[in-house]
Amino acid sequence: MAQPTDDARHGHAEREAARRRVRANWLLSAPALAMLAFAASGPLLIMLVYSFLTPGDYGGIVWKFSGEGWFQVLFSRDIFDETVGLADAHLTIFWRSLELSILTTLLALVLGFPTAYFIATRPREQRALWLFLVTIPFWTNLLIRTFAIMELIRNEGVINSILLWLGVIDAPLQMMFTEGATLVGMAYVYLPLMVLPLYAAMDRLDFRLVEAGYDLYATRLQVLRKVILPLVKPGVIAGSILVFIPSLGAYVTPRLLGGGRNMMMGNFIELQFGQGRNWPLGAALSITLLLVVMLALVVYVKNANKGGAGHG
Amino acid sequence: MIQSADVAVNVAGVSKIFGSGDQEVRALDDVSVAIRQNEFFTLLGPSGCGKTTLLRLLAGFEHPTRGEIFLNGTDIAGLPPNKRPVNTVFQSYALFPHLTVGQNIGFGLEMQGKPKAEVEQTVDAMLKLVRMEALKKRRTSQISGGQQQRVALARALAPHPEVLLLDEPLSALDFKLRKEMQLELKRLQNETGITFIFVTHDQEEALTMSDRIAVMRDGKILQVGGPREIYDRPAERFVADFIGDTNFLRAEILGVDGDAARLRLDAGGVEIAADLPEGAARSGAVTVVIRPERARFLGPDDAPPDGESALDARVEQMVYFGTDTHYHLRLGGDERFIARIQNDERLARAPAEGDSVRIAFPARAAQVLKD
Ligand SMILES: Nc1ncnc2c1ncn2[C@@H]1O[C@H](COP(=O)(O)OP(=O)(O)O)[C@@H](O)[C@H]1O
Ligand SMILES: [Mg+2]
Repeated sequence: MAQPTDDARHGHAEREAARRRVRANWLLSAPALAMLAFAASGPLLIMLVYSFLTPGDYGGIVWKFSGEGWFQVLFSRDIFDETVGLADAHLTIFWRSLELSILTTLLALVLGFPTAYFIATRPREQRALWLFLVTIPFWTNLLIRTFAIMELIRNEGVINSILLWLGVIDAPLQMMFTEGATLVGMAYVYLPLMVLPLYAAMDRLDFRLVEAGYDLYATRLQVLRKVILPLVKPGVIAGSILVFIPSLGAYVTPRLLGGGRNMMMGNFIELQFGQGRNWPLGAALSITLLLVVMLALVVYVKNANKGGAGHG
Repeated sequence: MIQSADVAVNVAGVSKIFGSGDQEVRALDDVSVAIRQNEFFTLLGPSGCGKTTLLRLLAGFEHPTRGEIFLNGTDIAGLPPNKRPVNTVFQSYALFPHLTVGQNIGFGLEMQGKPKAEVEQTVDAMLKLVRMEALKKRRTSQISGGQQQRVALARALAPHPEVLLLDEPLSALDFKLRKEMQLELKRLQNETGITFIFVTHDQEEALTMSDRIAVMRDGKILQVGGPREIYDRPAERFVADFIGDTNFLRAEILGVDGDAARLRLDAGGVEIAADLPEGAARSGAVTVVIRPERARFLGPDDAPPDGESALDARVEQMVYFGTDTHYHLRLGGDERFIARIQNDERLARAPAEGDSVRIAFPARAAQVLKD
């Protein structure tokens, strides 16, 4: 075994190399960071400013300070007697969006995990083909994909026609304009965002560890829980984040498949910038959404890591 | 199938074919071998000869294309790896990176549903057995290769399997550590009384550690026997060549008496006695092997003692090795012979390059090969 002094010297060289790597990484990512600062922070800053201004009569803003936008996020004034009440509708929309996004993420995880596992266990030369197939939906516009789903699930659509023809049902099932339709549609749309990071994690997974698990008397389920999941957790976290964030702000899919009846956060914000003509409220809602997402992420990542430490 | 209670693992006519058509690889070809209880049994052979495949069949990761495997008399074909009382020490160790040393060792017991207290107790006993008590809480990435090796061993031993499979567990260690671990493994096997099936491509490792060795090539087991038997009585050219240094001489069988034969060497036409393994030709031209250290020099006037044979030779080259010297000799009929002679200052006169010498070897130092 190595002498302690050897260890120390080794450790020092290691740290020095790590420092150099970190510096190189910062340099390499500088263009991307600059781009982010410009393209992401700029609009955000504009939003922040707008949220403290007064709405114009025909949309847009008037350059006059007002806290009304932020006030309206949570409270509403009665039109007639000006009494202040909690804005239930906003909270409902918020809650619905949150719920649907969590469900979408879970559904995508449940569907994506076996898919990624399947791809990762194919012979290496076949995997490119499977990954290619997974990414095909990205080749077409979101709108067109959503219309394709509508074609499947509407009352005169493919699924209902087949079921009617088979005699399984007498009247078409109402699938369009339900929360279920929105959920399935969103999970479908964001599934590749779940599969790809999961696959990346599983590709790095040493399957000899899986064998070691079986060898040490673990059942399939135990191998999944005690070996595979802890090892691919970074992929699960990344995939969940990638699906959850756009789900929360999703706009097209809930609008088309949910029929705009059960409004989501994204639709509601859009409404403020459109017919609502209340840009400051829209801006305040956007920023609130952003904060909620950030809070959710912090809580999620913290918990996920704690789970790992509990293991260790 | 009748089993003697003495047999731990019985491999009966097992073949394993990977792929099909042009891609077909016959990793194991009609392998049969019986491994005894509490035995340190070694599979020895060059890379690609099917050692790992045989272990994987025993562990349950692969299934035989043909043939059967019995563990203590029961056919284990239908048992998945987690139902077999067999554990593996993987070549790459395959330690769980998300668990500590202690958790790695306790993994098998935990999966078996053993009570927490018992798991703790066994883990501590195992840590002690492999002398790693101090590192229980470390991550596996924070310990050295040799220590990882010990953890892998402890993890596989903790559930006290009936058979332990070890796939070249020492090949990643440096020379000194390897020597240490060889002794350690022997000690562990003695202390636990578990049947060890050990895979290596290192003949020296096989000779020093094993109770019995199976020499493999191209998916076949060529010979099974104790280290002495494998070394002194190789039945095939490959076995003789793979294990230690050896001399091959051409000869003709003059007569056979049981497992002994009288031969005439092509080199110098000298008659010698040799061992005849089962299945070898009983007449005609054959190859015999003689280990270099079996030869010794005769004085110019000495007659070979009773039963020994003597050959005339000329010294072409000498290579000094400290404890002994290798003499590269040329025999009559242009055949070569290497004699390994212990250096001994009391020896009156050591031959020099170019000298004509006579060498003698004991009656049954020679062995006829099957091929
Ligand atoms: N999963 C597999 N698919 C195809 N061929 C394999 C597979 N596993 C092993 N082989 C082939 O079987 C032969 C024996 O391999 P292996 O048992 O690993 O040999 P060893 O352990 O003695 O080096 C080799 O030719 C190897 O290429
Ligand atoms: Mg191998």
